[in-house]
Amino acid sequence: MIDHASGALQIASAVKGGTVSAVEVARAALFRIGALDAHLGAFTAVTAERALGEAAAVDARVRAGGDPGPLAGVPFAVKNLFDIKGLPTLAGSRINAGHPPAGADADLIRRLNDAGAVLVGALNMGEYAYDFTGENSHYGPSRNPHDPARMSGGSSGGSGTAVAAGFVPLALGSDTNGSIRVPSSFCGLFGLKPTFGRLSRQGTFPFCFSLDHLGPLGRSAADLASAYDAMQEPQAAAPVSPVLGQGAEGLRIAVAGDYFARGADPAAFEAVAKVAEALGARETVVVPEAARARAAAYVITTAEGGNLHLDRLRTQAADFDPATRDRLLAGAMVPASWYLQAQRFRRWYHDRVMELFSRVDVILAPATPCTAPPIGQRTMVLDGVEMLVRPNIGIFTQPLSLIGLPVVAVPVRRPGGLPIGVQVVAAPGREDLALRVAADLEAKGVCKAPVARGETSWER
Amino acid sequence: MPDNTFDAESHVDHMAAALGLAIDPDYRPGVVANMARTAEIARLVTEFPLPDGVELAPAFRPGEESR
Repeated sequence: MIDHASGALQIASAVKGGTVSAVEVARAALFRIGALDAHLGAFTAVTAERALGEAAAVDARVRAGGDPGPLAGVPFAVKNLFDIKGLPTLAGSRINAGHPPAGADADLIRRLNDAGAVLVGALNMGEYAYDFTGENSHYGPSRNPHDPARMSGGSSGGSGTAVAAGFVPLALGSDTNGSIRVPSSFCGLFGLKPTFGRLSRQGTFPFCFSLDHLGPLGRSAADLASAYDAMQEPQAAAPVSPVLGQGAEGLRIAVAGDYFARGADPAAFEAVAKVAEALGARETVVVPEAARARAAAYVITTAEGGNLHLDRLRTQAADFDPATRDRLLAGAMVPASWYLQAQRFRRWYHDRVMELFSRVDVILAPATPCTAPPIGQRTMVLDGVEMLVRPNIGIFTQPLSLIGLPVVAVPVRRPGGLPIGVQVVAAPGREDLALRVAADLEAKGVCKAPVARGETSWER
Repeated sequence: MPDNTFDAESHVDHMAAALGLAIDPDYRPGVVANMARTAEIARLVTEFPLPDGVELAPAFRPGEESR
């Protein structure tokens, strides 16, 4: 039976087999979004007419005996920094609402459409992607379906909310410093940040050219792999879906120690320990200079973001979210020598971490230092130290995206508690290994991403 | 290199003039606070000695369009 909790591949299989039509699936998704999203704030635009048209085209291909694609009839939605033909690309901002509508879809939307997937809308996000919380002063917060009083995580907050709520089985987000992995962790989902440069960024609103990645969030490793395969450049590496079943046996897997073993709630480390035990990973490795790597990521991000928005900061500063505006203004003032040193450090750090990958295939690390905090919370206590929430949610994600490593965030369920994620990190270009480990953990029942049950009011 | 004596207020004033940014007085405290924080974070990177041969990380590829 296909329902809102079905995975992308289950839906595609049913549509291809004629058990259900793509139009029925699209209608069901649109109905659920219409009934429930007002409580959760995942969407900024629902493309109902387009979705029904795309779904009808998929059904026509099925009826004609053609190949409707590996994601036939799978509803998906995208963070609203992806261009959707006919809509302004908001990037979470009020300023961009005045931009002309996009003349064409982003590359990755087109590729998913080509694979048979059906676009149902654009998703809320932190303004200009400079956010870890999922809060947005213009469009409201993306709420966590596991507890709507809590953050979804950002900046791909709507992507996390939409998948965890069962609105869509698949969503696209962007990840500059952790913006796919953080909502995956808070919302209890699988999320893939591919190798830097691996997926096209064409047709998306930028934040930081040196660090921006795009990728999928879903409720299974196989769904992530299918979406990733569909979005890869045609001449890129071999598809990863066929190797998922190989499991983690034989892989050299280590746990990140030192920096990645302190400064978080026990829940974060318990999740890593649980995953490591399931994989038989007993070795610990030290990622050298991870704290400096996080600092370098911060400097590069704020400087490039500030430069990108400089003209808007000159002329429309009052229209920014204040939290974004003040950071971008400071970022625009970063001296060139700080930025350049950070970019040179990035190269040095990359070379040291590559040495690690000559000894191990996969490294495990916490995804977030805590489970989802309440919306609006400004400070938190980690390891006995009070710190600001907003900038510190990404302490474990930033050092890894600085050098563009592929990472799958895997969701660890905590009985009676909120979900939390673990990062499965591989060497550049080895998405296959990270996804194999994620699939293995799922097969062993350690990681699971069910649709959140609306224990609180949102689903009544 | 930013150090403990980094004066975020004067840096913000100087850079605002250099960049043609008129910072609303209401925003200035937030910008100064962010600048001070950025300087503190940047120090971790700028105090780290790097060999002269270490190149910038991003690669410019002639003939390749933006992606």
